[in-house]
Order: sequence, then structure tokens, then C-alpha cells
Amino acid sequence: MRLITHNMLKCHVKNCKEPDKQFPLQFKDAKLEQIEAERNNEFLVRMLPRIDWPALLKTTKELGIIIPEKVPANPADDDEFLQALHTAILEMHVKEGSMVCNGCGHEYKITKGIPNMLLAEHEI
Amino acid sequence: MKLKQLEGYLGEVASFKEPKVQLEQYPTTAHLASRMLYTAETAYGDIGDKAVVDLGCGCGMLSIAAAMMGASSVVGIDIDTDALAVAQDNLGALEVEDVVELMRADLCHRPTDGSSLELSQQLLAGMRAKFDTAVLNPPFGTKPGNKGIDVVFLQAACLMARDAVYSLHKSSTREHLIKKVQSWGYKCEVLAELKFDVPMMYKFHKKKAVDVEVDLLRIVLREAL
Repeated sequence: MRLITHNMLKCHVKNCKEPDKQFPLQFKDAKLEQIEAERNNEFLVRMLPRIDWPALLKTTKELGIIIPEKVPANPADDDEFLQALHTAILEMHVKEGSMVCNGCGHEYKITKGIPNMLLAEHEI
Repeated sequence: MKLKQLEGYLGEVASFKEPKVQLEQYPTTAHLASRMLYTAETAYGDIGDKAVVDLGCGCGMLSIAAAMMGASSVVGIDIDTDALAVAQDNLGALEVEDVVELMRADLCHRPTDGSSLELSQQLLAGMRAKFDTAVLNPPFGTKPGNKGIDVVFLQAACLMARDAVYSLHKSSTREHLIKKVQSWGYKCEVLAELKFDVPMMYKFHKKKAVDVEVDLLRIVLREAL
């Protein structure tokens, strides 16, 4: 589970009705592993508008990953920013742990890097 | 990468240990996957440097093929934990763990009153238009209770991707599917007619192997109809 994907996940339990707290899901007991990946600046810049920055910032802080507070005016020219972004969203993998909804408390488990977004019948 | 080379690598992708008939788990062959992803990249440029999602990824065949054709990031989604375990091993064996990740989720909402399958709108809420390209070999919807699942998967693909969708379907459902996609406002074309070699996997299979005619569909999301 990488943060680029975590940034798209909202709690989808049927009775979870607090939209402000459904996102981002909060990591619990997260075991991190960094897997090196080739950096592609053009790709990173293109993905930027699709990322919810405040949510990413909150999550990286909780995990102890450092990224700048704000997206620079010209991200394409900012090597340091691009490297931090690349590492945070594409190289850091949460291998074990869970993601908890701050609204309803539902826990989405992560096992061997695979988050389980399936819900029990009564939660759908 | 050359087509033959890609097909050769994909020949190493391990398949389902105990395929589940209810989930219509038929392995996507290296032959099909290589042609699908090779075409998507070489003819349309929809894979290289792109964010790709693979719906109903099973053992990860299309996800791995996408990574090999140069995708920058791939997410494979499946409901079945056993298939995902095989997929995870495949990512390691084919050395694409740096680009591909997996997720367990159900794209369908299955109403308990027996009415038809629907899209899991809530699950997809945050994933709308987050990917460039979607690739899929969805369940064909031929098992009882699965009716319409192919359409639900296509719908999910069209929501999650921005540029294009590449999907495999039974040729017999061509007109029905093209009409569906057009009703959503998108152009849908048949890129190729292929043979899906379905080996004898399940008890109800009487013949050793059957060729099923499949279409490779391409949906263009960039241009509205």
C-alpha cells in the first residue's frame, strides 16, 4: 500500500455518515518499507493536481515521512521537492498494519502490503 | 520491448492454484495480455509513464504486463485473497514490485434482495479520474448471480480512468456492450478479435480446452461522443 493510493481511499461503510472524518484513513501500527523506484518527473508533476495535499501531509506526518508543507509554485523545476514527493507517494510501502476511519472507527487491515477494503454484509 | 519478448516474460506469471468458478476465474493468457498491453502502448501511447488500474486483476497478469510496457504506477484490484496472494508472488518473481501494488476490494454492490448488481459508488468515491488508463479482463457474467457484472466493471473502469479503457469481452456481447458504453457518452471500438484459450479447469467443462471468441475493446474517455 503506497501513499499515492492511500490518498484515494475513503471509508465506505454504510452507516459512516461523517464525510469530514472519512478521509484520510489513519494508519495504525504501520510497518513501512522503502522500495526504490525510478523517478519520473513528468509523471509526478502530472499526478500533483490529483493528490489531496492536506491529506497527504497529515498522513506523512503520522508516518514520519518528510514532505514540504506546500507545493512550490514551479514543482517541475524543484528537484528537492520532486524527490521528496517521489519517495513519499511511490517508494514508501505500508506492509502491515491497518487504516482506521476517524468517523466510524472501522479498521481496514493491511496484510503483506495489501489493504483489505472489503466490508462485511451489514456494513455495505 | 518487443511483443515476443513481452509474451515470453509473461509466460512466467503463475496462475490460480484453485480457481473459483463463482468468481469466473479464467486466467488471462500471456498471449492475450501481451497483445493487449503492447497494442495499448505502441498504437496509442496509453501505458508508458501512465497511472494504470487493473480491475479484477486475479493473478496480476495485466498489471505485470502494464509495468513491463513502462507504466509509472499500477494498482491491481481483486476481491479474492487467494488470487491476490499468487499475484503478490508474481510481482516479486517478475520484479515489478516497485511499480505495481495490490488492493482487495469489491467493485460491485450486491443487493441482498436479489436485484441486479450495482457499482460500489461509495468505494469509488475517492478514486474517480485518478488513473490515466484502465485495463481489465472482467468476469463475463455468465454464472448465475453474476449477470451484468461485465458492465459494472466497465463502468468502474470508465469512472477511474481519464484517458482510455482496454477490456476483454465475449464477442457475443459486443453489440450490447458498445451500446452501453455509447449511452455513457463514450466512443467504443473493437481493436481485435482474439481467441481465449480456456483450458479444462472446472468440473462442468466437458471438452479438454475450448476457444472462446473475445473482443479487445478500447473506450476513449478523452473525447466525448
